[in-house]
Amino acid sequence: MTAKEVRWPGKELTAKEFYNKVTVTRYRPEAKFAWSAGEAMSRFLAELQRGRLIARSCSSCKRVLFPPRMFCEECFRPTDAWVYVRDTGTIETYSISYIDLDAKRIETPVYVGVVSVDGASPKMGIMHYFGEVAPETIRIGLRVKAEWKPAHEREGSVLDIRYWRPLRRGE
Amino acid sequence: MRKVACIGAGMTLFRRRLQETPKEMCWEAARMALDQAGLEIGDVDAVVFGSAPDAFDGIHMKGENVLDACGGIGRPYVRVFTGGGTGVFSPIAAYWHVASGLFDCVLVVNEEKMSSCQPHPQSVFGHIWDPILDRPLKPNLVWIFAMEMNRYMTVHNVRYEDVAAVAVKNKRNAVGHPCAQLADPHITVEDVMNSEVMAWPVHRLDISPPSDGASALVVCSEEFARTHRIESPVWFAGVGWNIDTTFWTDRDLYFPEYLANAAKIAYKQARITDPRRQIDFAEPYDPFDYKELHHMEGLGLCKKGEAPRLTREGVTQRDGDLPTCPSGGLLGVGNPIAATMGIKVGELYLQLSGQAGQRQIPHEVRTGVTNAWGDLMQFSSVVVMRA
Repeated sequence: MTAKEVRWPGKELTAKEFYNKVTVTRYRPEAKFAWSAGEAMSRFLAELQRGRLIARSCSSCKRVLFPPRMFCEECFRPTDAWVYVRDTGTIETYSISYIDLDAKRIETPVYVGVVSVDGASPKMGIMHYFGEVAPETIRIGLRVKAEWKPAHEREGSVLDIRYWRPLRRGE
Repeated sequence: MRKVACIGAGMTLFRRRLQETPKEMCWEAARMALDQAGLEIGDVDAVVFGSAPDAFDGIHMKGENVLDACGGIGRPYVRVFTGGGTGVFSPIAAYWHVASGLFDCVLVVNEEKMSSCQPHPQSVFGHIWDPILDRPLKPNLVWIFAMEMNRYMTVHNVRYEDVAAVAVKNKRNAVGHPCAQLADPHITVEDVMNSEVMAWPVHRLDISPPSDGASALVVCSEEFARTHRIESPVWFAGVGWNIDTTFWTDRDLYFPEYLANAAKIAYKQARITDPRRQIDFAEPYDPFDYKELHHMEGLGLCKKGEAPRLTREGVTQRDGDLPTCPSGGLLGVGNPIAATMGIKVGELYLQLSGQAGQRQIPHEVRTGVTNAWGDLMQFSSVVVMRA
């Protein structure tokens, strides 16, 4: 780091050395979790199963908070009421991903991004997939609508929406 | 508050895989920092340790695991954590230990060993997401950076080659850094643009590599520096930190408001009213090339959307008017998350004390600023230092 220093600590290992030559101990954690979804998210998930999106409103700052929460973090008071928002919105940003959860390459890219939802306060939205788009047609500002799974396949998850697709004429 | 100085720095090589354990790396960096300051562990009153998520090392309570290697036994010892922001946050914690008058000399040690996580450290990033809203989508962490980069580029109509130029500059700057993992004197903008797309618009060479490494700093009071006859102390002029909502899908990602808020705190303390004129060089946090631009704007070093132009015009080159990442940054030296302290606050110390060797900025520099960025794209820590 400085002109005075001569020895830089650390011995580099190649992948081959790491996996074959040096002493290594291995461990696979067996950790399992079950989360209580809580007040706000339990209702949110129940509404997803019914094919609807729901938010909470704060009567102090007048915001419609989405995703819903039981307290307003700005006013620092309880939120007041459940409010349905629409299943249409605007693409705020997106990415076209060629890697999976483990950074392995995938054949068919995944379109993913943030949708701000109509009826919620400006810029409030969720992360989700986009479908029926191509690199040439997807853009920030594109108007989109949720493509829901059939009712009998829904299970109270964000995946009850298969993806968001461009608005069709008349929608 | 008392004046606080940095008087020594140490770091290990940054590499994809190091043979040393987290403890061994910590010890090497800590010993080097003490040697540089001319001190022994007995001179140290308290120790601050910094590291990012435990899941990389696979050892929960990692702070306790490396305690002895950091000189923490029998001393006030604390681990601080602000995710990726830890690299600049643990020196801030050391600062308040000393500025408060509680301690005269504090050793700061930061460490990350990402290679232990199999098959790739990316796998455990999956555990940082909201279990209900995000995890069912099987997110890769690169996604959110890609989304932020796209939003930034779209709002300001930024050309991709101006973003790629940051990766080129930093990987070339890293040629002078003896610990660098990805220094490349010949890399071109075309190389970056032609590297494979990970999550568009992010290409492989837009991203800093996962690394193993440790770094350490010695921080002390003015009186301690004087009585120990320290030759070239570098002073903390201002510190700040700030965090925005974890509901990141409720924010406009084009500008890091939390960083502007953190910088405001640090600049007030450092009496900086015009950062572009009063700051001579910067080490903005650069895990991705667009982040250097994003952070220059958040730090107020230029107007919103102006950083790409400064980069294109050469202003941010080492011999430019506002050198940024003269160390080579995370893009060139490597990204062992919390240990990047060694090339952020560490580089400020080395540049301002004239010890940066081959990397020394050719003109005189008196004031530098650095930041780190972390948690879920929502936190920044800022340090301003003066010679």
